[in-house]
Amino acid sequence: MSVAHAAPQSFWRRYVFSTDHKTIGKQYIITAIFMALFAVTWSILIRIQIAWPDQMWPFLGKLFPGLYESGVLLPERYLSLVTMHGTVMIFFVISIGLVSGFGNFIIPLQVGARDMAYPLLNMLSYWIIVPACLLMLASFFVPDGAAAGGWTAYPPLSALPEALPGSGLGQTLWILAMALFIVSFTMGSLNFITTILNMRTRGMSMLRLPLTTWTLLIASILGVLAFPALTAAAIMLLLDRLGDTAFFLPEGLVLGGRVLEGGGGTPLLFQHLFWFLGHPEVYVLVLPAVGIAFDVVATFGRRPVFGYRTTVWSLLVVAVLSMIVWGHHMYTSGMNPYLGEYFSIMTVAITVPFAVLGMNLIASLWRAQIRLTSAMLFGLGIIVAIGVGGLGGLWLGTATSDMYLHDSYFVVGHFHLMIGIVTGFGMFAGSYFWFPKMFGRMMSERLGKLHFWLTMAPVFVAFIWMHWLGLAGHLRRLYDPTTYDYAASTQWMNVVISYALFVAAAAQILFVVNFFWSMFRGARAEANPWEGASLEWTTASPSPHLNWDTVPAVVRGPYEYRVEGAEDGYLPQAETLAAVPGGTG
Amino acid sequence: MNEPRQTGHIVSIIALFLGIMAMTVVGFSVDWAPPVASVHGQGVDAVMDYLLLTTGTILVIASLILVAFLWYYGRGKQPASHRISARTERWWTLVPVLGMALIAEAGVLLKGLPVWEQVYGHIPEDALVVDITAKQFEWLARYPGADGEFGSVQPSLVDGQTNPAGLDRSGSGADDIVLRNVMHIPVGRPVHVRLRSLDVLHSFSIPAFRVKQDIVPGTVGRTLFTPTRAGSYELACAELCGMGHYRMDGRIVVHSPEEYEAWLAEQTAKVQ
Amino acid sequence: MSEALAAVGAVRHDPEDREGPYTMGLVALLATVGMLFAAFTAALFMRRTGSDWTSVALPSAVWINTLFLIGSSLTVELSRAAIRRDAPGTAAARLRASLVLGTLFLIGQVAAWSILARQGVFLPSSPNASFFYMLSAVHGLHVLGGLGALLWVRNRTRQGAYSGTRHRGIDHAAIYWHFVGAVWIYLFILLSIL
Repeated sequence: MSVAHAAPQSFWRRYVFSTDHKTIGKQYIITAIFMALFAVTWSILIRIQIAWPDQMWPFLGKLFPGLYESGVLLPERYLSLVTMHGTVMIFFVISIGLVSGFGNFIIPLQVGARDMAYPLLNMLSYWIIVPACLLMLASFFVPDGAAAGGWTAYPPLSALPEALPGSGLGQTLWILAMALFIVSFTMGSLNFITTILNMRTRGMSMLRLPLTTWTLLIASILGVLAFPALTAAAIMLLLDRLGDTAFFLPEGLVLGGRVLEGGGGTPLLFQHLFWFLGHPEVYVLVLPAVGIAFDVVATFGRRPVFGYRTTVWSLLVVAVLSMIVWGHHMYTSGMNPYLGEYFSIMTVAITVPFAVLGMNLIASLWRAQIRLTSAMLFGLGIIVAIGVGGLGGLWLGTATSDMYLHDSYFVVGHFHLMIGIVTGFGMFAGSYFWFPKMFGRMMSERLGKLHFWLTMAPVFVAFIWMHWLGLAGHLRRLYDPTTYDYAASTQWMNVVISYALFVAAAAQILFVVNFFWSMFRGARAEANPWEGASLEWTTASPSPHLNWDTVPAVVRGPYEYRVEGAEDGYLPQAETLAAVPGGTG
Repeated sequence: MNEPRQTGHIVSIIALFLGIMAMTVVGFSVDWAPPVASVHGQGVDAVMDYLLLTTGTILVIASLILVAFLWYYGRGKQPASHRISARTERWWTLVPVLGMALIAEAGVLLKGLPVWEQVYGHIPEDALVVDITAKQFEWLARYPGADGEFGSVQPSLVDGQTNPAGLDRSGSGADDIVLRNVMHIPVGRPVHVRLRSLDVLHSFSIPAFRVKQDIVPGTVGRTLFTPTRAGSYELACAELCGMGHYRMDGRIVVHSPEEYEAWLAEQTAKVQ
Repeated sequence: MSEALAAVGAVRHDPEDREGPYTMGLVALLATVGMLFAAFTAALFMRRTGSDWTSVALPSAVWINTLFLIGSSLTVELSRAAIRRDAPGTAAARLRASLVLGTLFLIGQVAAWSILARQGVFLPSSPNASFFYMLSAVHGLHVLGGLGALLWVRNRTRQGAYSGTRHRGIDHAAIYWHFVGAVWIYLFILLSIL
């Protein structure tokens, strides 16, 4: 049956209010790049402050008049920057870029569907993210500034404007923006789950799905099950702030010399709810990057993924365990110590399936025929980041060592490796890999490789050194790390880390330039420039409205590379259609 | 797509990965932490030594395998067939599963939990009890005074200047000793610190003692440690508590038992 | 077990069929809504241990509201029976009855709030009252969504979109409607026994 529906012709329906999953995916990715520009800028200001806490910056004061006063960054604005950098990076860059962006673009193409299950809902989910982003950014311009209680927004700090300047209107906007984000992300997840489970083409069994799609499915299921806890926490926090309730506020708080009325709640309740989401959220972000790494390593290693089935099972075990270990963020919170023991035992158990994933990634290079493209370089970078970051996680998951390392720079280094570098590299690898499919043009490989080198080397210096700062006792979220004498002797590392991160931040300009320049000026791409075997490579580049003229049927797994006797040396998933790639558009 | 000649590039990647591995292993081996000065702190350090040894070994082995594969299969040669049976692949899974399970759980159960017990377990009878009240942005240490009993505290009595902890001076609190941003303790005796907060979350952290315990307003928390060396140590707030969080530092002064008794007698006299 | 996974792959449909078996979307939606109320339940049990917990007697209007909601579920089922008999006119009329009953439920909930408020029990009065106001409001929003779904399938029914063999839309709206009804009964029990 050929495609009966023509693509919408009007500019608005085609590029703005589009229901096409590919357009929506690109909209998400570009929105994520836009938000990343802010989040990276804030991180530069943070690093300047940490490295040179005593210095005046009149120049920055002119650029950011709300943040600086006579060249000095205000402590409460510093906390706003830290809070907003974390929030925006996690939810408005990685979540919407890696998960919503690449998920939207690639899922229907990889499962062999014409579009998402609910295209209208899909469009709506993107257009809910837009006001969420604007609300988040707008919160910098309200009196008393943006939310400053940390991305974790622990009450009472985040509940009481008396406790912190940023806990005024800024925190309310933060909660509203997060609520919109959750609604949008949940709608997206419903779409992903339904599309992957219900809309696979003929022959596409679950165990023939490319691993990117598998990880996106698991991430979506985790999102659907875990985000409601944050919704509940956000509603209660909002009521505590605006409705005088006391879900999280204990009795007899003294702030500004005044005893607050009412109370009887506990901040620990918020922490439990927050981390019931917060921990699975880590895997919502990390797993899709792992999936992309598998797809990229297989395609550019020209051999099947090692242990496809054990990988799928490991992903499922990670997902299940991730839902029952949230308490490892709370070892020192004062919760029941027996609970701490339980959480410690379960948490370090996660390293077991993760070790299987790591081994399978490395073993996928055994007897491979490696092609060092930009995408492959970032794929290899993911392997290294998972290795170092994951092993560092064991130090934090073990409750006893966490007593020393909790809330230190060890944690900061660890989560930047895992949900900064692994996920960031996932987006980069995905961009270089699927750009031809997105825009019908190639990204510059030369710029891509330069981007890799200028990113990989400095970020590993920065984030691994942060672990050492943590071992030296440096605490996170300190406006001036030199307050403590014991930390003074290692302050020089903060300077090195800042320089390294400036280099890494500057290198991202190469990516942004490459991305937008190639969109219009890059070399024209063939339908299958990388000789990929999975379904997305059977359609034209860029793939047309409704993806295929005739939806291909699948006859084998996604990674049949370097097969004896096969034409071109590999077997596409949909063999019958490989001869006529692409549709009429 | 022709196999590109990329030997130079592969060598650079291998150098980069080996460099990262070497930097990681060397850097983690440096003893960065302030010298340990508490009994359970030695246990915490032992756990970290164990983790350094085990995770370091895994990192080195995994990195060497990774770069070996890059070297053998990254220079454009046609390697031998990659076909192995699914069964063999499954058997290989046992290596990471058993290896990690053993290393991770042994660390938690054998090395970690006994130390955890030292901190959260039974409080010895002879432990010195000190009451810490945290507020934005200072620490108030309270001792029971001559009668050996703590007075009660009430939020309504809090006054920033004269009565920062809200102590009820009418009853057994009359002789309580209250100190700002400093805590004196004797060496070698277990110290049980009762933790309260007047306003928001704080975290009672003494890096040299490997102590870190969040303080949740509305509850009275606890922590337990035994200092092993006399001297002066820094007390830090480790949980974001507001714009002055970074300057919420305090001092822990550890005396010899005799010195401590002398100090206590002097303070008791001062209150009366 | 791997075979079980592979078997899932056997359930395939024609990719050109835009009205495919999108049941998973509904399941996932119910899962996420269910988790929301599970999170609130966990919060309720943890908050209950607070020193200031007092019980609040729910106004008897809530009983009547519950009957409205049960009634609306019954008429939804009657409507499904009608469409299976290929009687879209009857089905639409019964869906309208559900819409009326569902709206009455919402009005009744607001009435229950005003009764409580007249008794001097407001949102911050006690943690139990906070939970009642909050949970009934959050649940009310989900009922509102359900009313939207019912309205939509009722209009589609009147337009003749459904028949004896083709009525998945009504089925899905009905499942969601029963679910929010069940959630309400659960919340009612939870709030009145505590």
